[in-house]
Amino acid sequence: MTQAPITRAAEATPPTVARKIRGLSDRAIAWIFVGPTIFLLLAINIFPLIWTINLSFTNFRANRPNREVEYVGLRNYERILTDTDIWLNMQATAHFLFWTILLQVLIGFALAYLINKKFKGNDLWTTIIVLPMMLSPAVVGNFWKFLYQPQIGLFNYIIAFFTGRDPSSFEMLGQVTLAPWSIVIVDTWMWTPFVMLICLAGLRSIPDYIYEAAEIDRASKWRQFWTITVPMVMPFLMLAVLFRGIENFKMFDLVVQLTGGGPGSTTELTSINLKREAFEKWRTGYASAYAIILFVTVFGLASIYVKALNKVKER
Amino acid sequence: MTNSKLTAVSALSLAVAGLGASAQAEDLTLCWAAWDPANALVELSKEFEAQSGHSMNFEFIPWPNFADRMLNELNSGGNLCDLLIGDSQWIGGGAENGHYVKLNDFFDAEGISMGDFADATVYAYSTWPKGTPNYYALPAMGDANGWFYRKDWFEREDIRAAFKDATGRELAEPKTQKELLEIAQFFQEREIDGQTVYGAAIFTERGSEGITMGVTGALYPWGFKYENTPGSYDMEGAVNSPEAVEALEFYKEFYETATPPGYTNSYMGESLDAFKSGQVAMAMNWFAFFPGLYADPNTGGDKIDFFVNPPQNQAGSTLGGQGISVVAYSDKQDAALEYIKWFADPEVQQKWWDLGGYSAHNAVLESPTFKDSAPFAGDFLEAMGAVQDFWQEPAYAELLLAMQKRIHDYVVADQGTAKEALDKLIQDWTETFEDEGKL
Repeated sequence: MTQAPITRAAEATPPTVARKIRGLSDRAIAWIFVGPTIFLLLAINIFPLIWTINLSFTNFRANRPNREVEYVGLRNYERILTDTDIWLNMQATAHFLFWTILLQVLIGFALAYLINKKFKGNDLWTTIIVLPMMLSPAVVGNFWKFLYQPQIGLFNYIIAFFTGRDPSSFEMLGQVTLAPWSIVIVDTWMWTPFVMLICLAGLRSIPDYIYEAAEIDRASKWRQFWTITVPMVMPFLMLAVLFRGIENFKMFDLVVQLTGGGPGSTTELTSINLKREAFEKWRTGYASAYAIILFVTVFGLASIYVKALNKVKER
Repeated sequence: MTNSKLTAVSALSLAVAGLGASAQAEDLTLCWAAWDPANALVELSKEFEAQSGHSMNFEFIPWPNFADRMLNELNSGGNLCDLLIGDSQWIGGGAENGHYVKLNDFFDAEGISMGDFADATVYAYSTWPKGTPNYYALPAMGDANGWFYRKDWFEREDIRAAFKDATGRELAEPKTQKELLEIAQFFQEREIDGQTVYGAAIFTERGSEGITMGVTGALYPWGFKYENTPGSYDMEGAVNSPEAVEALEFYKEFYETATPPGYTNSYMGESLDAFKSGQVAMAMNWFAFFPGLYADPNTGGDKIDFFVNPPQNQAGSTLGGQGISVVAYSDKQDAALEYIKWFADPEVQQKWWDLGGYSAHNAVLESPTFKDSAPFAGDFLEAMGAVQDFWQEPAYAELLLAMQKRIHDYVVADQGTAKEALDKLIQDWTETFEDEGKL
């Protein structure tokens, strides 16, 4: 008769080791299992965070390791919070976040609603729609740079076709009024499929019998949509908003490829500015304070949001 | 001694001798930007490999990432590079942070005299503190920002006549910055052979150093100074002088009225593309690219000519170019110094120029045949006689990024006035120098 693997493992354990393990409590064994993970978490996440907080009160520069480090108290925080240029970066980030999330949620939900209907070629359309999110941001950035090119760009020609304007009369990436929208358009193009997939999961999780019961009660399609579909998809939608919010708060690669933060500083999002401070200007202490402010902002907003999400789920 | 013992001793001797030889031969890595002159240096270095027995490896980084990549390497004490041809502005940081080996003793021991190299290049590429006889690099590649233009268009009778009608003067290489703008505006959106062409490609890049290198091409001829008194960091009245304001307004007008659409973030590559594709009549770029442009089968040869950055109130060109340094973290410093010794040789310097590199050695530059050796050689000499460089302070990156932001905000994003942009620049720079303990 073949023995179970666990029995074989127990028999193969040397008696001295087996004795030691037998003497351990369940809690001790649990610690043995989670210990390495906790150690890694402390080493990779918690220690750097504490170290960053410490650096944020200094004038440390990573490119001058030999220079004496001075504690400057709250000076870095004060400088950041009173710097009008940084508030402009925050505004640019807020504009980007608000519009990308709004458009992605609206279009993503609409696409999911359509794709959820049974029709011929449904799978093919789903695959085509999700293609943009599979591309590298660097590729997407370069690709859209060509599309936005005022002389040869397809985007300008399409706009010109519908508006009758000269294609080279406007510069999506070069005009202060248009550049913030150019990055919103590209991010929406790339990440709407992600929101669509999450919404699709939500829509497919709604049992058919609920709609059948509503039909029996003679509820209209409009009423079914607002009283069944939207509330039941809402937790999924909120999750998508959370994911996209956190991701776009950190947005860097796509925007750097498209505009480099320009024209001027119009599309210089906080993450781009932070990178410049930390790894181009090498103001490590200042950049640490900047990172902590951003971390607290994201963490605070995300915590409030998660509480709201849990309330929605409880309903 | 028996035959077998003799054989064993001989074999051992040969092995030891072989070991000695292989211990001296090193694998050296030279780091530089990825551009035309780097290819010429690879070719040139084959001679060093043959002479020394060392083998040369090259790490060439594209320009937009060059500073980031190399400064990170130096700051982390990395030994990827034994030799580094670093930008002129890095010399302060390289010296003060201990990244570069000080070369004075080596130069003395090997009889290498800095007096053999062009003064401007020694000052800019080798010395720290500026102008003192403390050398951290050997001038490797002289360079400045210059101009090139479509000579074939400038010679066409119909275009010349139209230009004369429009301006009242002959179409020729500009003698002032204002003439340069006038010519560029003349070509802007002009139909030539059925194509719409534009005035000129200038530098407007935001991310690294582009727009600063471009705008200083206007600021220096107007008489821009970084400080009222060198070394005092007193910038008020110098950086934002009426001449500086006028020059900045000029550059903005140039950008708005004489460049192709969409030129909001363009640097070396975009300038070359615009010219080679027949889109612009003129373009600014570094002399380093001129040999390649002249050799271009479509827009080079008889179709191209070159001119030095035109003066306005005075002559002035933006300095490019680099010195070659030995990296302090290299464990092959002796072999790296051998390379520098070889590179400093006047014959090697002549070959360097012949291959397309810009030698800074007086033996090459002062040769009676130099001016006629290439169509841009005379312009190069003229430019190097009036070059000015950006700050070379250890905090140069911070100073540069501040200028990138303020200039781009004003010129491309059309925010505020030229005076406000320069005033804000002084505030930024003052903060940096205060942090540095220099103010």
